[in-house]
Amino acid sequence: MQTAKDLKEYRAELREALDNEFLRQAMDKFAVAYRGSRAKAFAGMDLKGLIADVAQAKDGAAQRMDELLSEFTAKAEAAGVKVHVARTALEANEIIAAIAKENGVKKIVKSKSMTAEEIHLNDHLEGQGYEVTETDLGEWIIQLRHEGPTHMVMPAIHLSRNQVADLFSEVTGTKQEVDIQKLVKVARRELRRKFVEADMGISGGNFAIAETGTIALCTNEGNARLVTTLPRVHVALVGLDKLTPSINDALRVIKALPRNATGQAITSYVSWITGPGECQSSPDGKKEMHVVFLDNGRRALAKDPMFSQVLRCIRCGACANVCPVYRLVGGHQLGHIYIGAIGLILTYFYHGREKAKNLVQNCINCGACKAVCAGGIDLPKLIKEVHARIQDEEGHPLQSQLLGKVLKSRKLFHALLRSAKAVQKPITGGTPYLRHLPMIFAKDQNFRALPAIAETPFRDRFEALKPRVSSPKLRVALFSGCVQDFVYPEQAEAAVKILGKHNVDVSFPMDQSCCGLPVQMMGEREASRSVAEQNVRAFDPASCDYILTLCASCASHLKHGYPDILAGDPKLDVKVRQFADRVIDFSSFVHDVLKVQPEEFRKDGKKVTYHSPCHLCRGLHVTEAPRALMGIGGLEYIPAEEEDVCCGFGGTYSMKFPELSAELLKKKLANVEKTGAELLLTDCPGCIMQLRGGLEAKGSTVKVAHVAEALAERLK
Amino acid sequence: MSESQPLSRLFEEKAKAVSAVVSKVTSLEQALAHAVDLCDKKDACQILVSGCELPLSATGEALCETKQQKILAAPGLEPKLFAKLKELAAERGILCIDTGMRQRLGGVDIAFTVADFGIAETGTLVFDSNSEEQRLATMIAEFHLAVLPVSKIREKSFDLEEELLALLQKSPSYTAFVTGASRTADIERVLALGVHGPLELHILLLED
Ligand code: SF4
Ligand code: SF4
Repeated sequence: MQTAKDLKEYRAELREALDNEFLRQAMDKFAVAYRGSRAKAFAGMDLKGLIADVAQAKDGAAQRMDELLSEFTAKAEAAGVKVHVARTALEANEIIAAIAKENGVKKIVKSKSMTAEEIHLNDHLEGQGYEVTETDLGEWIIQLRHEGPTHMVMPAIHLSRNQVADLFSEVTGTKQEVDIQKLVKVARRELRRKFVEADMGISGGNFAIAETGTIALCTNEGNARLVTTLPRVHVALVGLDKLTPSINDALRVIKALPRNATGQAITSYVSWITGPGECQSSPDGKKEMHVVFLDNGRRALAKDPMFSQVLRCIRCGACANVCPVYRLVGGHQLGHIYIGAIGLILTYFYHGREKAKNLVQNCINCGACKAVCAGGIDLPKLIKEVHARIQDEEGHPLQSQLLGKVLKSRKLFHALLRSAKAVQKPITGGTPYLRHLPMIFAKDQNFRALPAIAETPFRDRFEALKPRVSSPKLRVALFSGCVQDFVYPEQAEAAVKILGKHNVDVSFPMDQSCCGLPVQMMGEREASRSVAEQNVRAFDPASCDYILTLCASCASHLKHGYPDILAGDPKLDVKVRQFADRVIDFSSFVHDVLKVQPEEFRKDGKKVTYHSPCHLCRGLHVTEAPRALMGIGGLEYIPAEEEDVCCGFGGTYSMKFPELSAELLKKKLANVEKTGAELLLTDCPGCIMQLRGGLEAKGSTVKVAHVAEALAERLK
Repeated sequence: MSESQPLSRLFEEKAKAVSAVVSKVTSLEQALAHAVDLCDKKDACQILVSGCELPLSATGEALCETKQQKILAAPGLEPKLFAKLKELAAERGILCIDTGMRQRLGGVDIAFTVADFGIAETGTLVFDSNSEEQRLATMIAEFHLAVLPVSKIREKSFDLEEELLALLQKSPSYTAFVTGASRTADIERVLALGVHGPLELHILLLED
């Protein structure tokens, strides 16, 4: 749950979470185990196809929401169900409380429902004097602790067996052993009597199937079967997004949901309920059944061209499972009610700006969530969009406004970088790092050494470096990105050397500027759009065969971000498409296009390992080329653990959340050092800045270089 | 039979993967004998239902006292077969019931059922659970023993779409997919079986 008033308070909470040793270990174990079990669960299946099918079916259902609602209602009413539609959270709470009142209910049992959490149903019912008991073990535990969930599937994942034993000792009034199997049995007995006493059961619903008027529920514990069987009244609270046309659709989602959630092939129980059945505890022997549909913005979301895709969410929780930030701080810090990537977005729509405004900034844009989402939702993009909208509503912070203004004018930006070079002298101590940062920075940033601005930027060196080729086989326009232009020009230089050898004509359009990702990340849409346009114009894409960049983040932003950012501008439509089609990253270009051969390089067998930049492996799906290049270049590649997990750079993220950035870096470097490699290669100057700075700060002897540098150095 | 063999093998493999105990029988009579045996051998040294040996609250304890004898529940069984089961159970001093589950919410030892379908791909049993007695029995029992006729096994859930539609179109209706025992991993992600429902699921594949 979000209680922090501002970013400062939020950061204090994050630090506290980072200090929670148990949480950290539990999350680490989970992140690693989950990856394996998910891969196993989907082995041999066409996962991409399944995700695309789920996405398409869910989109279709969202577009037909009202139609499906009428169909469901007709079928369900014919079966004797009372169907309600609540426009708001409060309305849903009131409808359910009224049902309880009409039926003379006193005690209520519930099975797990995120929708009920969304509307704070327990608080409302308890406020009216009803006794409400959660019967899902995890939910019961957090209910007893008066907490919100920290995971959508495993709500009590943040707690240790010791904490649960203490809690149960309190609840039963007798000392409980710290033994998970025994604690589960205690819950079985204690909750059984709650089932016996309850006169109303509230469930959620994984599906509301229109063709039959059926509510379907997936659980592992089986508590939903008891909740829907024992009490005389059953209320199912279901988001309108759960309406689905047919059994077939439900079966498809069932194929994806448990596998993506926990790596299970199917949950232990799936219950399909059409209409109120027999109920011996009811005076007339028949159950009373209600379905309450919750709108709470869903109908409007279905019509939103950008955000309708959030309704594809099947609440599997996978986007949290793989999120490096979630792994560090857990769900209380990375969510309000809904957790993880989808939580960052839904919080804004279901719980408001105030709860979302800090949260939404805490995404490093690594793309891990998008890569596993069962509905193929472009989560990082929507997170950034929410951030931008909140800024538009609340006003932009001075810092990001300033950055936006500066970036919009390339000349001003570059002039600033050049003058920064002059003023940095006293703090570099003649080294390539900023040695003596002003105190205000140093406290947060000393986990890594920050690089100095280079003596001569790449753009000033280019004329002298430009390969003189006659009848070139390819024409390549180089996009350097700010970091290689002004901080690490030697990386771009190395690339030019290799290209020259292969008879490639290289050009460097001087009007290119920052790719715009930093301002996009900060929610400065206007500036982001403006630099994108400048770059497309600067390149005149039809005049070259490829637009090459050595920066993974630039590459994925130019290729996938630009067409999106510049969409709808008829003057740019063609150009931006041509531009994006030509963008290629260094490793792919050298490996797949130039097809470099081992004979071109001096083999020295140096031990190297690799960091796979988020924006290369997930942004561009490039995984093979750089690894193959290490072998071709005569190096001995030793894979590191978790090579594709974020290094913690994330551009401006590492300035905003230095503690988290430092933690991610620490993990990354530990994995690197475990390999015993002397050299760490990667494909992104941003990552290099982070990794090199981190190794320098801890005094490690491991060197970091761009793949291009390692290759150029070994060219025969 | 030859056609259904690979399916029953796949079913067995997948069901075992979720810790179900799978055996084979050649007749329903044999299945009945198996049920009584299982009940007889279960917890030879204690009659208490699971969890009742642990320190509980007073109200939690009260429910434990409702069970004083071994109980085998077989609601929905054909009358003739039920009579046979009852006879076999009585020989071992086991109470055999097919109604009154609400009076037994503390727990029963075994629920004996016949599944309507099986899904090989996931080791799933499909039940028409419209009868409250049947639904309750399969939840309050510590062991659920289900007979699955091999001829009723399909490869994928999608192969059952028509049958499912027929079941779900009946109104009211309650249909259940059951895969393995009731499970949780809510405390430290450690797997624990039998949180609300059966601690063990036994499946008897009936060659028909
Ligand atoms: S992009 Fe990465 S950091 Fe952001 S929410 Fe997704 S997984 Fe988490
Ligand atoms: S957004 Fe995607 S990954 Fe996250 S819970 Fe929803 S379906 Fe699962």
